[in-house]
Amino acid sequence: MSVTAPDPVSGLPRWSVLGLLPGLNLLAAFAACGLIVLLAGEDPWQAVQVLVGGAFGSGEAVGYTLFYATSFIFTGLAVAVAFQCGLFNIGGEGQALIGGLGVALVCLHLDVLPFLLLLPVAIAAAALFGAAWAFVPAVLQARRGSHIVITTIMFNFIATSIMVYLLVNVMSPAGSMQPETRAFAEHARLPYVHEVAGALGWEIPSSPLNVSLVLALLCCAGAWLFVWHTRAGYRTRVVGASPAAAVFGGISPGTQVLVAMTLSGALAGCMSLNELMGVQHRLVLEFTGGFGFVGIAVALMGRGHPAGIVPAAVLFGALYQGGAELAFEIPAITRDMVVIMQGLVILFAGALEYMFVPALRPFLVRRAVD
Amino acid sequence: MDKWFGQVHANRRVDLSVSSGTVHGIVGENGAGKTTLMNILYGFYRADRGQILIGGKPVGFRHSGDAIAAGIGMIHQHFMLVETFTVVENVMLGAEGSPLLGPAGRWARRKLAELEGEFGLQVPMDVPVGELPVGQQQRVEILKALYRGADILILDEPTSVLSPREVEGLFRILRTLAGRGKTVILITHKLAEIMAATDRVAVMRRGAVVARRRTADTTVSEIAELMVGRQIRPASRGVPVEPGRSLLDVDRVTVRDSAGVARVHDVSFSVRAGEIMGIAGVAGNGQSELLEALAGLRPVATGRILVDGEPAVSGSRDRRRRGVAHVPEDRRRSGLVMPFRACESAILGYHHDPRYGRGLRLDWPAVAGDTRARMEAFDVRPANPQRRTAELSGGNQQKLMLAREVERATKVLLVGQPTRGVDLGGVDFIHDRIRSLRDAGKAILLVSANLDEILDLSDRVMVMAGGRIMGEVPAGRAAEPDLGLLMGGVRGSDVPDRAP
Repeated sequence: MSVTAPDPVSGLPRWSVLGLLPGLNLLAAFAACGLIVLLAGEDPWQAVQVLVGGAFGSGEAVGYTLFYATSFIFTGLAVAVAFQCGLFNIGGEGQALIGGLGVALVCLHLDVLPFLLLLPVAIAAAALFGAAWAFVPAVLQARRGSHIVITTIMFNFIATSIMVYLLVNVMSPAGSMQPETRAFAEHARLPYVHEVAGALGWEIPSSPLNVSLVLALLCCAGAWLFVWHTRAGYRTRVVGASPAAAVFGGISPGTQVLVAMTLSGALAGCMSLNELMGVQHRLVLEFTGGFGFVGIAVALMGRGHPAGIVPAAVLFGALYQGGAELAFEIPAITRDMVVIMQGLVILFAGALEYMFVPALRPFLVRRAVD
Repeated sequence: MDKWFGQVHANRRVDLSVSSGTVHGIVGENGAGKTTLMNILYGFYRADRGQILIGGKPVGFRHSGDAIAAGIGMIHQHFMLVETFTVVENVMLGAEGSPLLGPAGRWARRKLAELEGEFGLQVPMDVPVGELPVGQQQRVEILKALYRGADILILDEPTSVLSPREVEGLFRILRTLAGRGKTVILITHKLAEIMAATDRVAVMRRGAVVARRRTADTTVSEIAELMVGRQIRPASRGVPVEPGRSLLDVDRVTVRDSAGVARVHDVSFSVRAGEIMGIAGVAGNGQSELLEALAGLRPVATGRILVDGEPAVSGSRDRRRRGVAHVPEDRRRSGLVMPFRACESAILGYHHDPRYGRGLRLDWPAVAGDTRARMEAFDVRPANPQRRTAELSGGNQQKLMLAREVERATKVLLVGQPTRGVDLGGVDFIHDRIRSLRDAGKAILLVSANLDEILDLSDRVMVMAGGRIMGEVPAGRAAEPDLGLLMGGVRGSDVPDRAP
């Protein structure tokens, strides 16, 4: 007789699960961060002001925050979609890198095309390359039972090594010592939001925020439709919730693993559009900067739902942008301490997600089932 | 004692006293408040009013640790065991008493041997629990409680997972425990068990104890009436219709498990339109594997399965296309998806049905409407398609599954353990539905660990033992002793005047 773990939040009102608990977790994380600031001999209140001001205090700051959030939406969605199928896709990092390879190949070699033709091809390449990189671990899981966590982690290393090889030996222009490609042509770049707004007669401060944010939001809507409103999404969720029930219902778990991981990889791959076509305008080493891993925390905090992932992505975007500002403004708080603070938020929002449930339950539960 | 959950008064002025050295039964339908009462006794919930006294002293339990310290042990319906650990490891888990496992293990082994001897609870100590039969796993649970010094043992629906022979064994153990001064509280809704195993019985209905009896002074029908508050009509076998053509043919089928061991050996039989074929047997003798193979969930090693004369291939989708519906034995594991909403569970296997939306899309309002109609038709309470499947009681989950499958059984219904964990009213309802499907000319194959159910429902009874068919008995003449012989593996030819 196996015992299924009870859902720790079963019976709690919806608003408390979606709003109150994440809020409390966040407060606890900030309290712990405050202690660290105190240890560093600084004023926590001042640190909060710098952090929030750095993330939201000016148009430029908001632009940076949303720029980071765009990448987090892609990688967070990638983790969430795989998780609906019961899979922990740790490979967002590698899938984004290989997606970036696809984007670079299109932008470097197909730039005879006009922007309006080039853009869909580049998006398709990002998704396709990312999906292909996720497909191999998916096949290994579905057909051979190799655990997806292990294989996707290993595929991250393989992706990094491939990119180093390509950028050092193949793709860097002749005579250059830089491990990077030549710059993309002007029309092979994504317009910045401040450029678009300027063209429409609305002046906003310049920032790296570009139109890939629109694509990220479209992906949110798409993922929501797929998971909750299509037959394929239903099959995916059945496999994630109960493989035995899936087999009973005539659903092949292996096929759904392939579908979910392919979609997951495609979403992770699209993250490279924001970074490469949006800002770097060339393929560089390690442009993913660990955003693939942060996507796991974003997905956890957003409870795997696009409506939760967007605010979670903005929160982490704010931590990145505000954290950078913090390290710059208050020298006693170093970059490493900012990373510790980001880690604390991940710890409280992700790993200790249900810490306050036992204490809160008596106040929240009015009815229970015999 | 009183307990409210919001507006629901789950326990109303419950008064219960249990004397040591007895087996005390608590009966009631699902939702009568038995489980709430036990959860209060075990410290999971706190009573809103009233108190608990042990040996005359009032106790206040804040959590189950307090209850364990006060000598209360609970054996849950679903076991709390680590399947990959051995018996000794499971018993000492959480009560090692030493940071080093070596001395703790030796001590546990000695204590366990004492307990096994004292109470006649023989269990192999070094076998992983997952490899033990269910009846033995339950003994491990009992040993766990005794090991922690329990004087009062609470068993919640202990027989729902046991075969008839294992039930007898359990009752012997309960007798021994009571004989050695332990106090046993047995929660069940099976009346035969109350009569067989208890000294005294309390009947609960809608949260209150409505009657207390000495078991020797009462009868099954009296308790049944007290439980439901009305007269129960005797089980009607219905008028058997003349069976028609054969809809399900099983032709020399052998089924192997994943380790390659044959679990079903060379089995042949057929089920005709308008009859219920019951498969009786001690649990674990190949009935489950046979049912799964018939449902397309397990590959057939050799032999053929024919549905209405046509050979079927592997896969449950093939069966559904051929008008074979399947109510699986284990609703929690495979028949329903526990974390899903009821309407999401209610389309499992039929999610391709065009009535649930065109193209790729699933039309949730249409699904919910269809589910609500099915829930109402099968008396699932509450008939709310948005409720989580896991929040429905066992009986309502079972009815939800039947609501999904019965209408789709255009030719054959395969049904396993249709009333496991279902209360009395629900059992009647489910049996009626199966009979009316039979009367509508479908072929029905019934597998159940409950022999009464098989005898009540079936037109023909087939007995399996060791993966083989031991014999077939026409239900009208089937007598339990003969079935007992067949279930024990004694060939049909040894009971000549009963075999067909």
